[in-house]
Amino acid sequence: MNESLTCDVVVVGAGMTGAACALYAAREGLDVIVVDRGHVAGGTTGAGEGNLLVSDKEPGPELELALLSARLWRELAGELGRETEYEQKGGVVVAETPEALAGLEAFAAGQRAAGVTALGVTADRLHDLEPRLAPGLAGAVHYPQDAQVMPALAAAHLLRASGARLRTGRTVTGVLRGPGGAVRGVRTERGDVHAPFVVNAAGPWGGEVAALAGVRLPVLPRRGYVLVTEPLPPRIRHKVYAADYVADVASDSADLQTSPVVEGTAAGPVLIGASRERVGFDRSVSLPALRALAAGATRLFPFLTRVRALRTYAGFRPYLPDHLPAIGADPGAPGLFHACGHEGAGIGLATGTGHVIAGLLTGREPLLDPAPFRPDRFEEAR
Amino acid sequence: MNPLRLVRARPKPAFTVTVDGRTVEALPGRTVAAALWAAGVTSWRTTRGSGRPRGVFCGIGVCFDCLVTVNDRPNQRACLVPVRPGDVIRTQEGTGHED
Amino acid sequence: MRTELVVVGAGPAGLAAALAADARGVHVTVLDAADGPGGQYFRQPAAELNARRPRALHHQWRTWERLRDGLAASGVRLLTGHHVWTVTAGSGTFTVHALLGPEEDQPATVHADAVLLATGGHEHVLPFPGWTLPGVVTAGGAQAMLKHGLVVPGRTAVVAGTGPLLLPVATGLAAAGTRVSALVESADPRRVARHARALAGKLPEGAGHAARLLRHRVRPLARHTVVRAHGEDRLTGVTVAALDAEGRVRRGTGRYLPCDTLAVGHGMLPQTDLAEGLGCRRDGPTVTVDDEQRTSVPGVWAAGETTGVGGASLALAEGHIAGRSAAARLRGAVPDPAGWAPAARTRESLRTGAAALDDAFAPPAHWTEQVADDTVVCRCEEVTAGAVRAAADDLGAGDVRTVKLLTRAGMGWCQGRMCATAVAGLAGCRPDAPRRPFARPVPLGVLARTPLDQPPQDHSPTGHSSTGHSSTGHSLTDRSSSGQEQPSSDRPSSEQPLSGRSSSDLPASDRSASDLPTPEQRTPGLSTPDLSTSDLPTPEQRTPGRPTSRRPTSGPPPTG
Repeated sequence: MNESLTCDVVVVGAGMTGAACALYAAREGLDVIVVDRGHVAGGTTGAGEGNLLVSDKEPGPELELALLSARLWRELAGELGRETEYEQKGGVVVAETPEALAGLEAFAAGQRAAGVTALGVTADRLHDLEPRLAPGLAGAVHYPQDAQVMPALAAAHLLRASGARLRTGRTVTGVLRGPGGAVRGVRTERGDVHAPFVVNAAGPWGGEVAALAGVRLPVLPRRGYVLVTEPLPPRIRHKVYAADYVADVASDSADLQTSPVVEGTAAGPVLIGASRERVGFDRSVSLPALRALAAGATRLFPFLTRVRALRTYAGFRPYLPDHLPAIGADPGAPGLFHACGHEGAGIGLATGTGHVIAGLLTGREPLLDPAPFRPDRFEEAR
Repeated sequence: MNPLRLVRARPKPAFTVTVDGRTVEALPGRTVAAALWAAGVTSWRTTRGSGRPRGVFCGIGVCFDCLVTVNDRPNQRACLVPVRPGDVIRTQEGTGHED
Repeated sequence: MRTELVVVGAGPAGLAAALAADARGVHVTVLDAADGPGGQYFRQPAAELNARRPRALHHQWRTWERLRDGLAASGVRLLTGHHVWTVTAGSGTFTVHALLGPEEDQPATVHADAVLLATGGHEHVLPFPGWTLPGVVTAGGAQAMLKHGLVVPGRTAVVAGTGPLLLPVATGLAAAGTRVSALVESADPRRVARHARALAGKLPEGAGHAARLLRHRVRPLARHTVVRAHGEDRLTGVTVAALDAEGRVRRGTGRYLPCDTLAVGHGMLPQTDLAEGLGCRRDGPTVTVDDEQRTSVPGVWAAGETTGVGGASLALAEGHIAGRSAAARLRGAVPDPAGWAPAARTRESLRTGAAALDDAFAPPAHWTEQVADDTVVCRCEEVTAGAVRAAADDLGAGDVRTVKLLTRAGMGWCQGRMCATAVAGLAGCRPDAPRRPFARPVPLGVLARTPLDQPPQDHSPTGHSSTGHSSTGHSLTDRSSSGQEQPSSDRPSSEQPLSGRSSSDLPASDRSASDLPTPEQRTPGLSTPDLSTSDLPTPEQRTPGRPTSRRPTSGPPPTG
């Protein structure tokens, strides 16, 4: 059942980032086709929690992207209604010790200067904000801008809203090149898709897509587990995590790190996330990781001790050596744009990424400076 | 004919439990679900979405449809949990957890 | 606690495997969630009900007696009330993680050199309007409640669906005093007849059931299906209709049957969660095994429904082979398949029969046409057929996982065990191989304390003491109320010293029948007349190790 297709831009990857790229490109008037070897949200998106966080980001380009993305998410939520289960529930970062609290407050001060709303919470006020937290915590910072979506729903509904043609279940086997090496579309095992622009939104597999175009993008997977509990009434109001999560996110260590991010969902279950391991694409169950997540979550919320975990799933967060995503044109393959490597922040950063990519495709002035995300930045370092 | 007669059962003496406040006799060895069936009760949970009644479905602990609150512990599978003297069995609503 | 071979599931496959390995000197521990051995097929009445004629609810009673007595005479340790939630592998040893007792809130671990998965299967039911009403139960569920609790859900029942389980369920309910007004089977008798040769052994048994149906005045309705269950808060009746040759409901054939119970089933699904967690290769819904019943993971065997639904007799044959293979391999020997040739022949013939049954008893080809958009498909999350169809048609969901992500179908308590097949059918995609790292829900407090330490390294008889205590020190007796029988794991028979089994290091093929009964002779009767192919398996015969637990205080019937 081969078919040959033609469009303005072909997006490789039907996850959250690909969906956002498709949406904003289509809104620029481009004719978009999205291809994926799997299904909608079948990779990292489907294994994520849907965090739209500014709270975990230090001042710098990623935080700028997160703030832009947060704004765009709010706009989209207004347009799409409840379909994405968007909820601006806010984040609460707790510190267990006075020392950790001091570090957290210093971090928050920097964020405030960069435009983040960060409200200090003293120990005696903490339980007004989040009644079931463990006693004895030193304090917290409340980030009202943090929000949540159901990532698979968000990807599916953004794709639908984009009007892009969706071609799932088809693997990209090559990147078509024209005179001067310019990109001319992609080859799939079920026919070619011709387009002057190709957007690589293949997440942890973005390095493979880049290689098909003869360029290098050092994307690597980092495994993360999420635990899902039995359905509960609303008991956890915010995204709650311990202050050491920020350090884990930025870590270069290959070893297992866990600091739980605990949150309720609209559907009832509590999600416990954020283990991080560099183990390649190994999906097998890691009891140490799950144990650490459970231990961390029950330490923050003792009532969870008797709550049962119904399931767990692993996902692969794509990361680049400097923990910033690659967003922009690849000079090694004219017409190829990368939009991958967001690690565990891809759902949150998807809207800003899609918006920037759409701007680059049409020559419009982007809403933020994409230079720090240049895909070829790793070549210069060599 | 009934099942007890069929296998010539000589059950140990029955004890009482309460089901939503009503006192009911139960035979030792039976599960909560079996005790409820024997008492003519076939539903003891309402779903958290549409509030529909549910009871035993798979009968072997796989489907979790028969969840019930026993002695204030919610979400017990009635088809697995043995009934014990004095059990306080309550129809479970929604998640089974208090808000 | 440490053992050489841990067997998960005390149904026919698990017991046959345990006895075969035990007879060859292997130190075997069997874990099961139930309060006694037997699995689903040989599920026994609760001990306190003191049934003096439990065989009235059973077929193949002699086989059960042999298994039961063989177990009592063996050195096999049985740990009842152990709900296994995962098995992990590491540095040459396996760790079985279980939850204890009916509350399932205390952990227990067993370390072993090898694992044998005999976790059985569970029934699946395709949805139809009204199928969530109280009073609608699975056929196997009705049978399980009858066999263990000696209880039936109502006065008037209809038994419906497809498959060889329906006959014994109908006759069992009828014998227990329920009026069974109809047996509604969607299969075409001509299609069954087409497999007459493969099913040859089945026919006499079927004829026996048919005679009982007649005696209990159960109306057989072949090529019929239930199109709707009626009632407000409780089942009051069903509408059944005839099917045409293509498997479509024939217009104008609907008729109303009043009933307060509908026992319905559409076949069995293997239980493969533990195997998946260990990384065992699967082929569709079943675990792949070789001729020795070895999975793709070294040190892990599988037998019974886990490797393909085929009934108790097949499970016995597979279990026997698996147990012998494991025994030899644990001693570093290569087993001689000639030693289990009779069992292998039985296995071959019953697998052929199982394939024929599968073909003969397929659900109606167009069952989805009867499922209205407002029919709940995922019972846990109350996801309707309309939502599943919309995910597939409007949002591009092309597989069960994506449908799940977009609709929550399969995300609830049962994790899709009940609905995954139906979701696949409604979405027009193939069923996924399920991925469920937790074979059952685990309290976070238990998970947070899960031991990761290295297991003890001895297999000494001391370590094999009969207490049945887990490494956490929570014994079954800790949880039992007083005045009841000892848990089976504590029963004297499991204290049989190992010293009497000094030939354990002999190659398996050198073992004779001189000491303990060899399974060929004494247990599953693999080559004995009462278990010849005339006892073709019926899918009621399954689900060892599936959650069938009561408080683990009552052991199996005493050997006397």
